[in-house]
Amino acid sequence: MFLSLLIILPFLTSIAILFCRGLKQVRSVAFLGALSQIGLVGYVLAKYWEERSVGNNAPMLFEYNHTWFAPLNINFHIGIDGISIAMMLLTAFVVIAGVLVSWTMEKLSKEFFFLLMFLSVGAYGFFISLDLFTLFFFLEVAVIPKFLLIGIWGSGKKEYSAMKLALMLMAGSALVFVGLAGLYFYAHSFDMMQIAQMAIPLEVQKFFFPFAFVGFGIFGALFPFHTWVPDGHSSAPTAASMFLAGISMKLGGYGCLRVATFLMPAAAHQYSWIIILLATIAIIYGAFATMMQTDLKYINAYSSVSHCGFVLLGIGMLTKTSVNGAVLQMVSHGLMTALFFAAIGMIYSRTHTRDVAKLGGLLKVTPFISTVFVLAGLCSLGLPGLSGFVAEMTVFMGSWQNPNTMYRLATILACASIVVTAVYILRAAGKTVMGPMSEAYNEITDATWNERLAAGILIIAIVVMGVAPFLLNQLIMPGTENIMNKVLSITGN
Amino acid sequence: MMNSVPLEHILFVSTALFFIGMYGLFTRRNLITILMSIELILNSVNINFVAFNKYLYPAKLDGVFFAIFIITIAAAEAAVAIAIIINLYRSHQSIDVEDAAELKF
Amino acid sequence: MSNYLYIILIFLLPLATFLLLGLFGRKYFKTSAGFIGTLSLLTSTVLSLKAAYQYFFIDGKVDGVYQKIEAIKFTWLQFSPGISIDMGIIIDPISVMMILVVSFVSLMVHLFSLGYMKGEERFATYYAFLSLFTFSMLGLVLSTNIFQLYIFWELVGVSSFLLIGFYYQKASAVAASKKAFIVTRFADLGFLIGILILGFYGGTLDIGTLIQRLTSAQSAEYIGITTASFLGISCLTWGLVLIFIGGAGKSAMFPLHIWLPDAMEGPTPVSALIHAATMVVAGVYLVARLFPIYSIEESALHIVMYIGAFSALLAAIIACTQTDIKRVLAYSTMSQIGYMMFALGVSQNGVENNLGFTASMFHLFTHAFFKSLLFLGAGAVIHMVHSNEMKDMGGLRKWMPVTHFAFLIACLAIAGIPPFAGFFSKEEILLAAYHADKMIYGVALFTAALTAFYMFRLYFSIFWNAPVQTESHDNAHHHHHSEGTMTMKLPLIILTICAMAAGFIPFSKFITLSGTPTESHMDITFSIAPVLLAILGIAVAMKLYKNANDIPSRIASSMGGFYTAAKGKFYVDKVYLFVTKKIVFNLIGRPAAWIDKNIVDGLINFIASLTAWISSLIKGIQSGRVQNYALYFFGGVAGLSLIFIYWWK
Repeated sequence: MFLSLLIILPFLTSIAILFCRGLKQVRSVAFLGALSQIGLVGYVLAKYWEERSVGNNAPMLFEYNHTWFAPLNINFHIGIDGISIAMMLLTAFVVIAGVLVSWTMEKLSKEFFFLLMFLSVGAYGFFISLDLFTLFFFLEVAVIPKFLLIGIWGSGKKEYSAMKLALMLMAGSALVFVGLAGLYFYAHSFDMMQIAQMAIPLEVQKFFFPFAFVGFGIFGALFPFHTWVPDGHSSAPTAASMFLAGISMKLGGYGCLRVATFLMPAAAHQYSWIIILLATIAIIYGAFATMMQTDLKYINAYSSVSHCGFVLLGIGMLTKTSVNGAVLQMVSHGLMTALFFAAIGMIYSRTHTRDVAKLGGLLKVTPFISTVFVLAGLCSLGLPGLSGFVAEMTVFMGSWQNPNTMYRLATILACASIVVTAVYILRAAGKTVMGPMSEAYNEITDATWNERLAAGILIIAIVVMGVAPFLLNQLIMPGTENIMNKVLSITGN
Repeated sequence: MMNSVPLEHILFVSTALFFIGMYGLFTRRNLITILMSIELILNSVNINFVAFNKYLYPAKLDGVFFAIFIITIAAAEAAVAIAIIINLYRSHQSIDVEDAAELKF
Repeated sequence: MSNYLYIILIFLLPLATFLLLGLFGRKYFKTSAGFIGTLSLLTSTVLSLKAAYQYFFIDGKVDGVYQKIEAIKFTWLQFSPGISIDMGIIIDPISVMMILVVSFVSLMVHLFSLGYMKGEERFATYYAFLSLFTFSMLGLVLSTNIFQLYIFWELVGVSSFLLIGFYYQKASAVAASKKAFIVTRFADLGFLIGILILGFYGGTLDIGTLIQRLTSAQSAEYIGITTASFLGISCLTWGLVLIFIGGAGKSAMFPLHIWLPDAMEGPTPVSALIHAATMVVAGVYLVARLFPIYSIEESALHIVMYIGAFSALLAAIIACTQTDIKRVLAYSTMSQIGYMMFALGVSQNGVENNLGFTASMFHLFTHAFFKSLLFLGAGAVIHMVHSNEMKDMGGLRKWMPVTHFAFLIACLAIAGIPPFAGFFSKEEILLAAYHADKMIYGVALFTAALTAFYMFRLYFSIFWNAPVQTESHDNAHHHHHSEGTMTMKLPLIILTICAMAAGFIPFSKFITLSGTPTESHMDITFSIAPVLLAILGIAVAMKLYKNANDIPSRIASSMGGFYTAAKGKFYVDKVYLFVTKKIVFNLIGRPAAWIDKNIVDGLINFIASLTAWISSLIKGIQSGRVQNYALYFFGGVAGLSLIFIYWWK
């Protein structure tokens, strides 16, 4: 029951924000709200370990089931496993960092923070739902605020981007809904745990799996439906970019795993070659496309396409390790890309440009921001000791366990992308923070305390994950095992 | 008494009235005239109700009740319609339907 | 087994220093950073000495064989049952030898930098990076797990990147650091895939277990990896060759050597530490670490041998033509590492008890001293002259006697003149090569002569020859700068002593492949040829470069195209530049970006405009006229009535 707090608390925060006056009140309420989210997720984590340590091996813990709409068998069914906790930890970290980097958001501050908090309601709800309808409900809750955040507070061609993003994500959720409805009409239940027990005929799975997978895939930047990512991210305000890349894209990966693969494993096995093909294309092609970008936000957005490809690759390879890696990659990418966007936002707010050709030598005047930028970049290119390495290596290791030669070639191509990643990251870092500096930037100042705090929180999370990956690995391992045991029992290898 | 006017004659009158109303509804551009046309249509229906009641079920009064009900509705409808027309006149300085085409694509 | 837990301190101390200086250095330790860094390194060095003493002389040997000891081991990241990254510390002869070399050279560099980098704005950051590098390198050599090794491998790569790009405002330094990182990253890709292959078939990532499983011909893993093949080559060969590619990248073997000369953009002490003594030999160390597996796979070992020998020769030829003193040293490093590589390569079918292996490690050991000495000496010269070009130097022996002496000893050592360090190790390599492959022996001999020549070309150009500057300018130059502080001279002196004495260590008593100490046998008659060749090389260099004359330029022009090609580094860089700039950027990157913008995104936008077009076609129905709507309504009612009356029945 106390899991409902995860939804109620952000919701109450967003309501409270509506009653505030002035930026100062709004941001302190938002900050307190974000802080309490971290506390709550930490509490959930502690409770989770407590349950596990006394030997509770149920796949889902703290389940709570309340009838919502009896005639259609819709329930408010929530519960968590390690994967959801990992995702919620990510959400909590990104939310607090997002609030901190928007500390001086003067324009319509009340509405801005309201939408941020509202978005997190959707994210938490999505990650704890065990009922497909509830899950879908929260998925939609998480989409709408993005449209407003980009449309109102964005920059550049914001209307176009907001529209594109909202429409593409809506199309994604429409596809998801078809998939969910298909499952429902076969299983007469929206309850995931019940559906997972049933043996759904292969034909049904094969028909509905693409809907669910592609639908969620649009959220998770599945090639070729990834084009909302660059436009959306580049137009969004900093905090919204962080939320988009750090949280929203993870909704997709989580859905692909938890809904599409878990509930329709036979189809996932049948279609795995397509998933792997698309993921490999996304990884390689996203990396090469990144190399040619000149706008910092576009660089990070395209690199997100490439990195999210690892998530889908891990899911497509269908080995325990690779799926584990996919989850790790989701967490890692969420943290890292949020940090990257935060750094880009800090640079942009000072220099008023994101064009790498105009920047240069910022290390001299803004050592802190530049260090953050380089750290995020190093994490992105998979430096050991930071989170990206752990996640990518787990995906590679897991992918390699799939003995199919073609799949191994895909793995090698995916590995090769880390070289391209190094090229574009070093190019961006070299042109932005290193090299000769333009005179115009002599006056700019380094990060303020709130920006330092935001970056610090994310960096700590990244470093902890990179230095002690076993912590997170132990958390998610039972969850992925549970999913993969079902998949492997169906596919038989 | 029974053979004074045959039912067909009355139906003919009501049908004529209905189509006169229809014609007015589609061709007139003045809202008042359109309203009047609608009243004609309603009244043609009234005539039908009364006539069928008289000729088919003389022992019952359902048709007459319906006619009275429609007359009430028509009165209310006229009140609402005239209110709309007045408002429209205030905002558009005209009661021509073609001037009030804001709701097109 | 006695307790080696303190070894953890050896590499955690630099990490702590890195964190301390990296986080707070800019504010609180702006000037004291150097002392903190040096002090922590001094502690590490003392501990390494203690470890080496304890291992080699007290309890490393059991029944006359040096044991492999795993001091610490815990699971860091579990991939699947059996396959996990374990963090551990291995203690065996080569790792103990390596921690000694790394911490010692690093200490010398720390000390030297106190004077060399004085007054630098990012002084604390510099020491933080140095500590990070030392930590990573020590971690690398102590790794028990191949993936752990890869982790530290990447970390040394990034610290090298940070240090090369230390002068971040210099465009050439930034470019060089990028190049170093990307080229080695590209090579690491091979390493990574090699790990994946070996790890998958071996069913473990632990080096010891891996060696044990893959070297016994009956084990299921060995049969699995040798029967599995790709493109007709067994997976064992693939795995080993790919891992060697990783090593070749780090150790600047042809054709992945292009980053090393450019890496000289970094501060000179850094070049001494990273690009001469420690990081660049990581590739040699990697092959040596996995040598038992290599030794059963002849084709992989042949690749190591040929690449090593070819790199040694190629680099020596190029080194003869370069004029930037640091680049000469860089190519000489590449050439010497080539020696170590082919020494490993010939070891398999070499003389008793894998002499090549011992020789390679011995050369690695001695090379670390005299090469870092050369670089530090060059650093002192550059510090004084403020130029890297030979033409700006000359006659410096009067101004910097200590450096001059140190440099001379180092040159004699690298040239293989007895009784200096390089002589002994090179002799062993040549002996191993002689027994294994006469062609390689020939190449090695020729390279040895070339080495003596270009090193003394360097020596005479710097310290003899007439200074080219005008007298007044010259004086102004040299009077302002003395030879450097005591902290700069001290490391030179210490390293000079090492370069003189290191050769007398009976190396094969400590380090052999099997762990069983053997006697090294020095054959005087065998040594005559290489020593004579080296003296010949020195004599030629003396003739050409001791005094200013025009013979070198005449020789250069008589060599024609060959000289130009060698001076242009045989155009390898040009090829790379062509591949990256022209092919990767223009033929892959640009089309990818274009396709994304116009085709993939175009498709999405096309769907949007298609929707808009269809809606514009049918939007006329929404005329906004009430009467039209009424007409549709009545039409609809009439139509439905007709349907009901005639069709429905």
